[in-house]
Amino acid sequence: MILVLIEHEAGMPDRLSSEALTMGRRLAEATGSPLHAMAWGDGAAAGAGPLRGAGVAVLHTIEDPRLTDYAPEAIGKGLAQLIERERPLAVIGGGSDRAVELMAHVGARTGLPLAANSTDVRPGEPWQVTRQRWGGSLLEEARLDGPIRLLTVAAHAVEPAAMTLAGAASPAEVRPFAPDLTDGDLRVRITSRVPAEAGKISLADARVVVGGGRGVGSAEGFAELDELAALLGGTVGVSRVVTSAGWRPHAQQVGQTGTRIAPDLYIACGISGAIQHMVGARSAKAILAINTDRDAPMVTRATYAVIGDLHTVLPAIISAVREAR
Amino acid sequence: MNILVCVKRVPATAGKITLTADEQAIDTRYLGFTVSPHEECAVEEAVRIVEAQGGTSTVLTLGPEEATDQLREAMAVGIDRAMLLQTDGGEWDAVATAGAIVDAIRAREAVDGPYDLVLLGNEAADTGDYQVGVRVAVALDRPAVTGAKGLEVRDDAVVARREAASGGWEVYEIPRPAVVTVKEGINLPRYPSVPGRLRARKKEIERVTLDPAAASPARIRLRVPVEKESAVEILGEGPEAAPRVVEVFRRLGLIA
Ligand SMILES: Cc1cc2nc3c(=O)[nH]c(=O)nc-3n(C[C@H](O)[C@H](O)[C@H](O)COP(=O)(O)OP(=O)(O)OC[C@H]3O[C@@H](n4cnc5c(N)ncnc54)[C@H](O)[C@@H]3O)c2cc1C
Ligand SMILES: Nc1ncnc2c1ncn2[C@@H]1O[C@H](COP(=O)(O)O)[C@@H](O)[C@H]1O
Repeated sequence: MILVLIEHEAGMPDRLSSEALTMGRRLAEATGSPLHAMAWGDGAAAGAGPLRGAGVAVLHTIEDPRLTDYAPEAIGKGLAQLIERERPLAVIGGGSDRAVELMAHVGARTGLPLAANSTDVRPGEPWQVTRQRWGGSLLEEARLDGPIRLLTVAAHAVEPAAMTLAGAASPAEVRPFAPDLTDGDLRVRITSRVPAEAGKISLADARVVVGGGRGVGSAEGFAELDELAALLGGTVGVSRVVTSAGWRPHAQQVGQTGTRIAPDLYIACGISGAIQHMVGARSAKAILAINTDRDAPMVTRATYAVIGDLHTVLPAIISAVREAR
Repeated sequence: MNILVCVKRVPATAGKITLTADEQAIDTRYLGFTVSPHEECAVEEAVRIVEAQGGTSTVLTLGPEEATDQLREAMAVGIDRAMLLQTDGGEWDAVATAGAIVDAIRAREAVDGPYDLVLLGNEAADTGDYQVGVRVAVALDRPAVTGAKGLEVRDDAVVARREAASGGWEVYEIPRPAVVTVKEGINLPRYPSVPGRLRARKKEIERVTLDPAAASPARIRLRVPVEKESAVEILGEGPEAAPRVVEVFRRLGLIA
C-alpha cells in the first residue's frame, strides 16, 4: 500500500497535498498496490469523495478529541502509529512546512530515514529517489532503503493531476484511527494566532516584483524601486545583501532562505543572480534585468535586460510609464 | 541559561555550481565555506539571550577538522564554547547526524546539567533535510517548534512564533527545556569585531572523534538541473532604453 498525508480545507486536499497525491498515485500504479490517504482535523472524512477521484481506496482519519488545532508532536505520533500498524511500502507528504514537520516526526518516531524534497521516485531493486539539494539548485539521485520509504515532495516539482469528479459517487472508505496519545503529547500546539496585515500585496503572490540588490547602494536608493512597484501595482523584493545591510526587512528577501516568488515579471535591479537568489525567482514568467554588468548571471538568465546604472535607468522608466498613461 | 546551537559547514557557492568528475560532491577547490543563514541567525539568537539573561552558549558542529573555522566564527560573535564532532569529511545523513548530536548533548548534560534550549537551523543549506532538529527533540523527549521567526525565553516556557501558511503568525508556548529550529529573519546577525575574532582564535575547542557512518538514502550521483535556454533580449543601454521597457510592460499587460 502507498500512503499519502493530506492537508485539507473541509476535506478538500490543498494544492501541495494534490502534488503528493499525484506522486502517490503513480507509485501505487507502478507497484500494483492500493493508494491510501491519511488526514487529521475537522472535516477530514469529507475528503472521501474528492479523494476517490484521485484514486484513493481508503482514507484513514486520525481521531482524538484533543486534536482541536495543529499539534505537531501529537499528530506526528499518531501518524507514526498508523504507519507501524499498516506498514505501507511508502509514505508521501507534500511540500508544506507542516507536512514536512509531520513527516520529520514520523521519521523520528519510527527511526526510518526521510527523503525530503523529492521530485521523482522509482520503485525497483533498489528503490531510487531524485531529491533537491541546495534549495533546488542541485539534484541528487539516491538509493532509498528500508522497509517503509518516507518521502516529501518538493513544492511545485510535480504537476498535480486533476481529480475526476466521477469519484464522488463512490467515496473512499473512511477508517477512523484513534492514536494512543497522552496529554503530554499535546505540549506543542498553537496557543494563539496573529492575523496577517490587511491590504498588503504578498511577495509570494505579487504579479510584479521590483527587485533590488547591492547595486541599489543604500536604503534611500530604494525610493525609485518603491515608486516603480507602486506604478505597476507590484511590490519590492530584495537580495540577501540588502537585508544583511539592514536596508530592507528580511520579509522582502527573495531566495533560498527568503521567499519564493512567481510573478509575471521580475524586474531585478542591481542583483547579480547568485544561485541562492535565483532558486527563489525560478518561477517568474519573465525577468527584466537592469545591471551595469552585461555578463552578470542575472542578465544572461533574464528574458530582457537593460545595461546601465539603475539610478539613471529607473527614473527614465518611471517617467516613460507616466507619459504612457 | 544554557544554550546549544548546531551549525553545519557548507561550501559558499555563488554564481554557478561545479561538480567533481565522479559527480559525488561539489567541486570546492575555488570556494570558501560558510553556514546557512538560518544557522547564523540561531547563533545570533543564542548570543542575545545569554547577553540578556546570563548563562553560557555553546556552538556544536559535526564535520571535518576544517569545520573549526565555522566554530570560531560563531565564537567571534559572542558564543562562549565550542564542540567539534569530528568526521573524516564523508556524508552524514540526518538520522546519524541527529544521533551523534544527541549523544554529545547527553554526555555534556551529564556534566554541566541540561541545556535550557537547543537551537538549530530550520534546514541545512546543502542537504535541506528539514529534520535533524525534530529528530534531536524526539530522541531527547523535548518539545520542538520548527521554523521560528520570533523567540522569547521565559523562566518556565519558550514562546516561539512562526509564519502561518495563510499569512500572519502561529504562536507556540512550550515548556523548557526545548528544541527550536530557526529561520533567517528572526534577527539581524551582527558582524564579528576584530577583538572578537582574536578572542575566538585563542579559545579551546572540545573534540569528539566519530566513526564513519553509511548514509541513507545513499547518494548515487549529483547533477545540475537543466535550465531553460533563455536568449536574453537586450533592450538597450542606459536611460534611452526606457521606451522599449514600456513596450515590454504593455506587451505583458502591466500597463494599458
Ligand atoms: C546558504 C545560502 C543561502 C542564501 N540565501 C539567499 C537568499 O535567500 N537570497 C539572496 O538574495 N541571497 C542569498 N544568499 C546570498 C547569495 O549567495 C548572494 O551573496 C546574494 O544574493 C548577492 O546579492 P546581490 O546580487 O545583491 O549582490 P552582488 O552579488 O554583489 O551583486 C550586485 C550586482 O549589482 C550590479 N550593480 C552594481 N551597481 C549597479 C548599478 N549602479 N546599477 C545596476 N547594477 C549595478 C553588479 O554588476 C552586480 O551584478 C545565500 C547564500 C548562502 C550561502
Ligand atoms: N553536520 C551537522 N553539524 C551540526 N549541526 C547540523 C549538522 N547537520 C545538520 N545540523 C543542524 O540541523 C539543522 C537542520 O538540518 P537538516 O535536517 O539536515 O536540514 C541545520 O540547520 C543545523 O542546525
